[in-house]
This record gives sequence, C-alpha cells and structure tokens, in this order.
Amino acid sequence: MHFLKLVLRNALRHKLRTGLTVLGLVVAILSFGLLQTVVDAWYAGAAGAAPTRLVTRNAISLVFPLPLSYRDRIRAVDGVRAVSYGNWFGGIYQEPKNFFPQFAIDAATYFDLFREYRIPDEEFAAFLRDRKGAIVGRKLADTYGFRVGDNVPIRGTIYAGNWEFTVRAIYDGAEPKTDTSQFFFHWDYLNETLKQRSRARADQVGIYFVDIIDADRAAEVSQAIDALFRNSLAETLTETEKAFQIGFVKQTEAIVIAIRLVSYVVILIILAVMANTMAMTARERLSEYATLKALGFSPGYVARLIFGESIAIAVIGAGIGIALTFPVAEWFAAQMGTLFPVFAVSRETIALQVGCAVAVGIAAALVPGRRAARVRIVDGLRAIG
Amino acid sequence: MNDAAGAPLISIRNLVKSYRRGGQIVPVLTDISLDVRAGDFLGLMGPSGSGKSTLLNLIAGIDKPDAGVLLVDGVDITQLDEAALADWRAGNVGFIFQFYNLMPVLTAFENVELPLLLTRLSRAERRDHVEAALALVGLTDRMEHYPSELSGGQQQRVAIARAIITDPKLLVADEPTGDLDRHSAEEVLTLMDRLNVELGKTIIMVTHDRRAAEKAHAIMYLEKGELSAAADVHERSVR
Repeated sequence: MHFLKLVLRNALRHKLRTGLTVLGLVVAILSFGLLQTVVDAWYAGAAGAAPTRLVTRNAISLVFPLPLSYRDRIRAVDGVRAVSYGNWFGGIYQEPKNFFPQFAIDAATYFDLFREYRIPDEEFAAFLRDRKGAIVGRKLADTYGFRVGDNVPIRGTIYAGNWEFTVRAIYDGAEPKTDTSQFFFHWDYLNETLKQRSRARADQVGIYFVDIIDADRAAEVSQAIDALFRNSLAETLTETEKAFQIGFVKQTEAIVIAIRLVSYVVILIILAVMANTMAMTARERLSEYATLKALGFSPGYVARLIFGESIAIAVIGAGIGIALTFPVAEWFAAQMGTLFPVFAVSRETIALQVGCAVAVGIAAALVPGRRAARVRIVDGLRAIG
Repeated sequence: MNDAAGAPLISIRNLVKSYRRGGQIVPVLTDISLDVRAGDFLGLMGPSGSGKSTLLNLIAGIDKPDAGVLLVDGVDITQLDEAALADWRAGNVGFIFQFYNLMPVLTAFENVELPLLLTRLSRAERRDHVEAALALVGLTDRMEHYPSELSGGQQQRVAIARAIITDPKLLVADEPTGDLDRHSAEEVLTLMDRLNVELGKTIIMVTHDRRAAEKAHAIMYLEKGELSAAADVHERSVR
C-alpha cells in the first residue's frame, strides 16, 4: 500500500512532464491501434473465410472465365457438398469514387454456402421473385441510403451498358467481421442480358464456390477438381477461400508491411520519449533513492519504485489510448465508406496495445532503474547538490 | 575516549580508505583507530576534504573501507555483504543529514514511518511509534504536513524523528545544522543533546560549526586523513 502510494505520488510529482508523457502515450497507443486495425481490415476477407469453402477459378488468371458446364462436374467430386458460382460485375454507381463490390450470383445456391449473411425470409423471397432484384449489405445500405424498394442504376464497366436493379433485401452479418458492404444480384439476369447483347460471353462463370464436407480434405478435394479439367481449354485452380483472399492481399503486401512497420516505429518513438522522462526522473531523485537505501531499503525496492512509476504512467496512457481507439476507429471507418468492408478493433489489437504499453513501461525503466539500484549510497547522497 | 573503561560500542582499528579520481588513487583516511563508547556524543571536525564525512559514512555502514576493522556493538561491519549491511543499518543506525533528505511526496508522518515499513510492526503499532517520535521532537501538530510546508528546522526535526523511530543505538549526523539559521540550529542541537542525555543514544556528529561541536562530549579533529583529539576540546563528563 505504502509502495503504491509512493509510486503514484512520484508519478504525479511533475504534473506537466507526466501529463505530456501520458499525452504522447495516448497518441502512440491510439495510432498503433488504428494502424493495426487497418492491417486487420486488409485481411478481413481472409479472416472471414470459412474453412469448408473452396474457390475454383481459371488457372491462367481471374479475368478469364470458366464454362458453366463445370458446375455439375465439380458437384460430382467426392467430398463436395454443394457448388455455387458468381461473377465480379465491377460497375459504377453514380461516380467512380462510389466503389463497392458487386457480384452476380446464383441466387438459388449462393446463400446456402454463405450462411454468415443473414437475410429476412420475406425479403429473400421477394429477391428470388424479382429477376432484377438485388441484396445489399447493411453497411452499404447505410453508406448510400439504400432502402428496400429503391432502384439502383449501375453503369457496367466489364459488362457494358446501364443496368437497373431494385433493392429487395438488406443483409446483416452473423459476426462483426462479416463483410456487409457487398451488392448481390441474379447471375441469371446478367447471363440472359449477355445472351442478347454479347452471346459469346454468356454461360461463363467467374468463380465457383465449393462447399466441402470435411475441412481437413480441402487439399485433396482441390486437387481432384483441378485434375478434372487438366489439359482442357480452361484449366482450373482451386484453393481454400482463405488462400484465395490472401492472394488478393499479397498484391498489396508492401503497403501492409509499411503500415505494420510504421505502427511499431510509433511505439519505438514513444519508448524513447518515455525512457527520457524516466531517466530525468531517476537522475533528479538519486539522493532520495540513496536515502532509502541508507535507511535499509534494498536496491530492488528502489528499482521497483522506478519500474512501478514507469509502468503506471504507461498504463494510464494506454488506458486512455485504448478507450479512444473505439470511437476514433468508428469515425475513421465512417470516413472510409466501403473501402474497408470490415473495420473493427479486434481483441488481438487491444492485447497488442496493452502489451506494447507494458513493454514500453518496462523498457523505459531498465536503465534508470538499474542505475538507481546500483548507485553507491555516498554518491547518491552527494547528488543532493 | 580510547582510554575509558568498558567495551566500546564502536571500535575502529587501522582503518584505511582512498578514492580513485581520474586514474589516481587519493588517500582519504590513513590508519585511523578510534573507540566510541555507548552513550558518547562525539563531534568530528576538520577542514573540507579532510575525510570526516568519509569516516562517518564508514561507521554508518554506507561505505566500505579499503582495509582495517570496524566493529559496531561487536559486529565487524566491513565483513557484511550489501544485503546484510542494509539490514544492519535499518536496525542499528539513525541518519541525520545536512539537507534533511525527506521524501517530498510523503507527509511528516509518512516520512517518519518509512523505516518502520522494514519491520514487522502492525499498522496500529507503527502509528503509535510515529506519534510518539513526532511528539518527542515537538511536531505533533505538523504530522500531515509535507516537507515543503515545513521550515528548515521543522524538517530537520522530522528527520531526527525518522532517525530514532527504530530505536537505533547509534545516530550519525552529517552537518545537521549546516542548512539552518541560528535559532533552528540551536533547537536541533538541544534536541540531539536530549536524545543523548535522556535516551542514551550514541551520537557521532560531523560539523564545521564550533558552537554545534560544543554540544558534544568530545571533539576529534581529522586533518590530512589523520585523527587527533582536539587540543581545546570542551569535554563534559561522560555519563
């Protein structure tokens, strides 16, 4: 009790200095948390992937389609429970800056595979009845103010022309990490239109989604699917949904690494600031530490005083920083619109923030703590000036 | 002091201490021998740099000699390791410093209580002891004051209360009146005299102040590392 009292009173002795150090910590821990959350958001697709879902695409590139006829052959592979498919649409809503993912999907099967999208039954039934109907995620609906019954015109880029959709359902995510920024519509609508406008592009599928019975057999089933189409005109590449999503992230991996590095550089900077504060503090109080030792207190006690003070300051700064991370992340996500479909502060990020703060508190006290513990009493007493 | 009857509380034989400064070895104390009996009040005088504070530090166990024997109440403290020496100081020595050396973030009460935190006394027992010590130095009404709210004389009295709180045999005082005005210095010296006379504390005091030294039973001069009895010592009868 006495020890804690001494630690806390010492920490508050130079209010301005402690206040500025705490402010620095708050900014550092907050920045670290936000940057880590940005990295998490980058990997959100991979994090949300189901272990029993595979993705089959053209082995040459994602931009080349696969024949619709592959569907039944894939479904017949041992270990496959269900198959669905879809095409990336890539249209523009009003302006190019209004980016959000649009997928033409097989309405009858897609949502059986993606059970994390929660759709009210009556709205889903309305979607099935309307060939031009669309299902939008909650975040997307909130961003652009879409409501059930609204008409949404989209200008095609991959599939030229103006396309009209009617919002028939709004889906929510089963978990916070579920992406609710997507726009789904009937693959049949796309295919029938293509049959009229560009027949050669009809009956082509961008991606097959394969639901397998046992996640442990993912590699075996993937190989079996790809073996089916080896030496064909459209060879396939099958991988887990997670590997497929990470493949996208890999394309921008340098940015992710840079963000990660910056987040740790921020921590290093605050460590230097904190170490300076603690070094000044310990130097000023050298005579007090010497007095304590003269009275019979151990060098360990003196070191613990410095470590305690350093950790107390770090924990106060981290506490405020972590508390601020949530509202600031929410504000940041709102500013980013649908650029980051999932932008949530994870438990891992909070644990990292706490870990970094404690590490900073300990590291900053290492040198001054050691010095105060080892200083000869007579030298320390002389430091009184 | 050396020729008095009975076993001395402090017995120093052939004590040597030197410091290393800039690659050179500077001798501070050369072959010091001295006995101090329990209940003595010894003044140590000498010019600056003569080694009187060094000798005091050695006796108090906060510095180690290069050679020699230093027995305090039968314990050769030169043979104790750091941890044992810290325990020994906690139980046997009370410190009075020139600049009081109080913890500025603790109240007078908490400062005096500090050494008791190393004992097994309960909180209530500690409170009783601290209140008694502060009453002895006349600061009962200043218990909750911080050092910055006290005068120099009052701070030194708090430091004296802290020095006696564990009831040590030996009090060491390094220029205890060096930072005080004349009136406060007189109060502090009177208090130290009371501790010596009424409580039987053995006191060794380093001072430049002749008036302060006159409170001591005996004065020793230290010059160029050598100790000698003062020629004009004002020696009172030793109780």
